[in-house]
Amino acid sequence: MMIYAITAIAILISIALALTRAIMGPTSYDRILSANAIGTKTVLLIGVMGFLAGRPDFLDLALVYALVNFIGTLAVLKYFKFGTLRGTLSKPADNS
Amino acid sequence: MLKTISLFLVLMAVWLLLSGHYTPLITGFGVASCLLSALIAYRMDVIDHEGHPIYLGPRIISYWGWLVVEIFKANVDVAKCVLFPKQYLRPSMFTVTASQKSDLGRVIYANSITLTPGTVTVDLDDDQVMVHSLTEDSAEGVKSGDMDRRVTKVMKET
Amino acid sequence: MDMILDIATWVLLLAGSVLLLITGFGLLRLPDLYTRIHAGGMADTLATFLIFVGLSFQSGFSLVSVKLLLVIVFIFFTSPTASYALAQASFVAGLKPKLDGFGARERAKEDA
Repeated sequence: MMIYAITAIAILISIALALTRAIMGPTSYDRILSANAIGTKTVLLIGVMGFLAGRPDFLDLALVYALVNFIGTLAVLKYFKFGTLRGTLSKPADNS
Repeated sequence: MLKTISLFLVLMAVWLLLSGHYTPLITGFGVASCLLSALIAYRMDVIDHEGHPIYLGPRIISYWGWLVVEIFKANVDVAKCVLFPKQYLRPSMFTVTASQKSDLGRVIYANSITLTPGTVTVDLDDDQVMVHSLTEDSAEGVKSGDMDRRVTKVMKET
Repeated sequence: MDMILDIATWVLLLAGSVLLLITGFGLLRLPDLYTRIHAGGMADTLATFLIFVGLSFQSGFSLVSVKLLLVIVFIFFTSPTASYALAQASFVAGLKPKLDGFGARERAKEDA
């Protein structure tokens, strides 16, 4: 149907806007936020593209992509916060 | 032990829903992997009230229904704010007290605040929740304590 | 019956598309990081909900709609955690929110 193509184009425009923010973003946290938003929109895009191509099996990919996006965001945030990926996620002061 | 069995049943249900292949060999692999996961979780002793909160049952489902309606309203609010920032954009930051006793209840409350657009939990320290809100309406929504009461009601009788 | 489902899909997907465009616009337009998190949260919640529910009308009762529901539930569980981690990390790093929004930025422009 037409509507899948329209939705896909809207998602792509939205991704382009988020990408602009990722390039402009004054702080690195803005860039992480944009990356996270782009990831969520990619999940939507994969789902819509699956229906557009008549192969809803793509939804498995969308599910896995949502998982990878979540873990990736948390990993990058932890790296920015502590400078390393080792140890626990709790605040340094709470270790007692 | 009862929790391990219910974890196995939940894992099995998810596996059957996601797989779509029901030949004996593949299903056997599925049962084996679910059994192995449940066994490892049992040996690691990670299945407790927080990790597998099945006792919340029907109450949390009716809470989710209420939450979805709130998310609808909050989304319209934020969309208006993005389109007409001069009229609606009034960012503010304040602290509210969570009345839940358990950690799980506080996490549900803080996540519900974050899930409704227009309010984001910035810091969760014991029972003090620091909230950043986008408009006056969304700030009022959290300060009125309606969501807090509902989460406490969901967590009761635990 | 098919006609009604098609119309419902059209309406839901169009609403989701408009909401996504507003989200992208908000990411560019809002003044600081904390307000942009709210805009990003819009794409995570209602836009996902609308688009996937619209798609599930087309698949009927099958494994596909169960998977669509699973994706919605999964995103609803993980996105607040990611948003909270982002807000908390930037708050701990000492990023101060602009609490006056557009007014403060215009005043700063007039001073300059």
